[in-house]
Amino acid sequence: MTETPNEGRLSGVSNFFAGVGNRWRGLPKWQRGIGFLAFVAFLYYLPLLGVPGLTWLRTDSIEGGNNWAGVLFTCAVYVLIALGLNVVIGLAGLLDLGYVGFFAIGAYAVAIFGSTQSPVVKSLQDKFDLAPEWAITWAICIPIAIALAMISGVILGWPTLRLRGDYLAIVTLGFGEIIRIVIRNSTNWSGGPAGIASIPGPQGAPSADNHIFGLIDAKPWYWLALSIVLLVVFLVRRLENSRVGRSWLAVREDEDAAAVMGVNPFKFKMWAFAIGAALGGLSGFLFASRQGFIEPNQFNANLSILFVAMVVVGGSGNMAGAALGAVLLAYLPERFRDFSEYRFLVFGLALVLVMLLRPQGLLPSKRRARELKDRQEEVAVGA
Amino acid sequence: MNFDELFGHLGQHTVDGLAKGSIYALVALGYTLVYGVLKLINFAHSEVFMIGTFAVLGVWNLLGADGTQGVAMTLLLLAAGLLGGALASGATAVAVERVAYRRLRQLNAPPLIFLITAIGISMVLSETFGIWQGRLVVGMPTLIKQKVAFTIFGTEVTNTQLITIVAALVMMFALDQFINRTRYGRGVRAVAQNPDAAALMGVNKDRVIMLIFLLGGLLAGAAALLYSVRYGNTRFNVGFLLGLKAFTAAVLGGIGNLRGALLGGLLLGVVEVYAATLTQSNWEDVAAFVVLVVVLLFRPTGLLGESLGRARA
Amino acid sequence: MGLSAALLGMAACQDAGSDDTTDSAACGGKIAIFGAFTGPNAGLVIPSLNGAKLAVKQFNAANPDCKVTMQDFDTQGNADQATPIANQVAQDQSFTSVIGGHFSGESKATMATYDAAGLVMVSPSATAAELTTLGHKNFFRVVGNDDTQGEAAVTYIKNVLKGQKVFVIDDGQTYGVGIIDKVKAGLGATVAGSDKVQTDQQNFDATISKIKSAKADVIAYGGYTNEAAPLLKQARAAGVTAKFLGFDGLYDPGFPKGAGAAADGAVVTCPCLPAAEAGGTFSADFTKEYGEAPGSYGAEGYDGATILLEGYKAGKKTRAELQEWVRAYDKQGVSKYLKFAENGDVDKSKVVIWSYDITGGAFKPQQEIKLS
Repeated sequence: MTETPNEGRLSGVSNFFAGVGNRWRGLPKWQRGIGFLAFVAFLYYLPLLGVPGLTWLRTDSIEGGNNWAGVLFTCAVYVLIALGLNVVIGLAGLLDLGYVGFFAIGAYAVAIFGSTQSPVVKSLQDKFDLAPEWAITWAICIPIAIALAMISGVILGWPTLRLRGDYLAIVTLGFGEIIRIVIRNSTNWSGGPAGIASIPGPQGAPSADNHIFGLIDAKPWYWLALSIVLLVVFLVRRLENSRVGRSWLAVREDEDAAAVMGVNPFKFKMWAFAIGAALGGLSGFLFASRQGFIEPNQFNANLSILFVAMVVVGGSGNMAGAALGAVLLAYLPERFRDFSEYRFLVFGLALVLVMLLRPQGLLPSKRRARELKDRQEEVAVGA
Repeated sequence: MNFDELFGHLGQHTVDGLAKGSIYALVALGYTLVYGVLKLINFAHSEVFMIGTFAVLGVWNLLGADGTQGVAMTLLLLAAGLLGGALASGATAVAVERVAYRRLRQLNAPPLIFLITAIGISMVLSETFGIWQGRLVVGMPTLIKQKVAFTIFGTEVTNTQLITIVAALVMMFALDQFINRTRYGRGVRAVAQNPDAAALMGVNKDRVIMLIFLLGGLLAGAAALLYSVRYGNTRFNVGFLLGLKAFTAAVLGGIGNLRGALLGGLLLGVVEVYAATLTQSNWEDVAAFVVLVVVLLFRPTGLLGESLGRARA
Repeated sequence: MGLSAALLGMAACQDAGSDDTTDSAACGGKIAIFGAFTGPNAGLVIPSLNGAKLAVKQFNAANPDCKVTMQDFDTQGNADQATPIANQVAQDQSFTSVIGGHFSGESKATMATYDAAGLVMVSPSATAAELTTLGHKNFFRVVGNDDTQGEAAVTYIKNVLKGQKVFVIDDGQTYGVGIIDKVKAGLGATVAGSDKVQTDQQNFDATISKIKSAKADVIAYGGYTNEAAPLLKQARAAGVTAKFLGFDGLYDPGFPKGAGAAADGAVVTCPCLPAAEAGGTFSADFTKEYGEAPGSYGAEGYDGATILLEGYKAGKKTRAELQEWVRAYDKQGVSKYLKFAENGDVDKSKVVIWSYDITGGAFKPQQEIKLS
């Protein structure tokens, strides 16, 4: 690997990452397997983190700090979002600025169908003479949430995926806002601005008697979210290496060439969009079950932008990178609560610095890094 | 659906919408100029506008505007506000280009990287003002008492509406002439068409890019003055929603197309006022985005197509 | 192999954490206060936080042998940020009482968690009427709810403003919608029109046209400063002369500041006593401490803290004892007489609602609105 002078100040860091990466890949398979298992075990152990010297990592190690397991749960949900958005942005190369829309749909799906306080459940109770405790079971809400998100992804994608990239960005941004505003303005089915409370978890409606997925201890919720994340990582990895994954790559690199080679760009973009939407819906579902209460304000356009930032900062196209971006963007503002008013100023600065010094993201996919390098060389030749 | 209200005062609502859309159009020009040349969404442009409004306020406070001054003083304040707003916005836009985008251009980074950088910058700028000026609306002195300027077919057009619309049209026209008639404008068009060829022909690409950021910033500053005169308030996040709408307007008209930005802005303003009148004001954003989607379905490159000098394939 | 050994090692030297610092002092304890202390809505909540801080400071100065500490947790007004904070406070046994939430959403989101942990919540400013109907026995608020204020506004519009054609506007948020729905129901046929604006809206032409078409003589606005100030300013500029009535969300020095001269003559109702009526030295103390008058909910924050502080003073130490203490509380406070009804609402007969009008950019107490 030759250094281009442009890579500049962070090259030490990237060398470090590259060095670790290369050594990792150089290990025998069984050692990698054990290393991976140890890492997963460490992730499951994280909420209990109490190793002297590492406790400063915990968000509750500062005065007024937030609950450590609760923050880890948020990190896990954001990782799930980043994995989904990474399919759309990183693998298929579609800029989606309205991802929060799918997140909201997933969250509202479980709220509207699973909560005894939702207007829809109430009217169903009236209509069919059901008990006031009746609502659709949590487990059944999972497919509902995923399906609704997927369907809305297709509805959004059908007309808009024919548009060029930048148009797609603004249309999706608009879509996210439309979802939020419609939910907020319609009181008769969505609870309107007051939101919906009493959203069920795996043990049913929130109550002090739920001993595992309860109100006070967030650890089981984190473990649940982590397990789902690991499952999704496995599935997406399979997908990446399948025919679909290769088609995405081809469409992203050169749409026309892909079309000539018999890959239908529209079809595969649609797949990416639908899968991304489904994962967004799943994360929204998980988020809402844990929160127990959601309101439309939680799903504003800023959040969509934050999601995109997670993927790009971490390194789009690479699951580990996207996940790292998500963890950092969810974790850092919590760990550095002391900055209070200045948190988002610092956050913005960090975003700019990372992009300027390491535009390929913190943990780029190898292919993406190569693409960037190609582009740089193009310029060098052109200038 | 309140059709009586809409059609009963259709002229009134149209004028309201045009005045609202004029400000969108001026801000949209900044997006369109940058996009036309660099093919990049300058998300930080919304904060360029925001800084313009605070500059106008600062200048007015400095000169002691209180809404009771005479005609000469009012004109002076308007001129000073325009100068202050345009300079502050122009300088911000150029600074953003120098600090952030130039390096990324040298790296030939993909558009997504520009986008995230721009988002980071707009966070930094708006948070800086949020911390410095507080999070609440900041009132501005009322410079021009709103009066009915003239009545046409029963529609009252107020003086501030008239000023806003006319000023937007004039600036639009001036920009159009500048791009199409002057040497600098030719440089801009050349870079928009083919940066490499333009560079070979001796156009200084960096200077052209700085020029378009400056132009966009100046127009945002002018929009900031009109906004201050008409709305009399500003806030640290005033740019976010307005920038979003202005960008929508630019896409609606055909991004990269100056006349498209004007058309898109005006159309968006009118659509929003109509929608707010027909239903409730909190549906206007939905209406704006629905119109955007529908237009793009039938004309995928916006109403007038993309062009800053030529139609792009 | 090395890694797993290291892992085992880690588990072995697990450090106990900080959750077992039970206070063994004879008196005192720890209060958690949560709310939007940063972010766009911080301006509404900071006075309450400051009021509570002032109360704690005065208390600790007066009772050196009974130290109470208060820890603030910032939610930025987001329900999703309030939930992990609730987990934190619930699990940290050193916290024995909670002040908050400041907004209705965050209160609703965390009520069940605090209830399960047996923690009492004293809210200075969460006014949504439904909060006390959700069946959680740990929630008390020192502020009148939106329904009560809505009723008072109806009385005021009928008897004082003598409005014949009332135009009602809300901002589509829980708070604004709650009050305006109540006002609408109370006024019945005299409501001449309505509109809903949205947060961060900047241009109000359409709303103003509707006001003009309705020929309204009174405008009632449920919402906060950021939209109300530009709306009022633009309406006055457009020649709307109808009287403007707002609610406690606008009882905020930022409102007359943002609306400028247009705010003159506007009236705001608030379930809070004027400083002069309140007696005591709260208002003066607050101004001395922070260099500005207690804005919205400053007195409520102070009251909320005072209720709990007196509990600690009386030797209450556990979560359950403090909850009982608050339930039985019965005393004059700074903002009003404090006594709670069964559901946690401040006793309706004790809610005092005043109208304030704005002259020269400052709020002036006008009169008490008697609930009929």
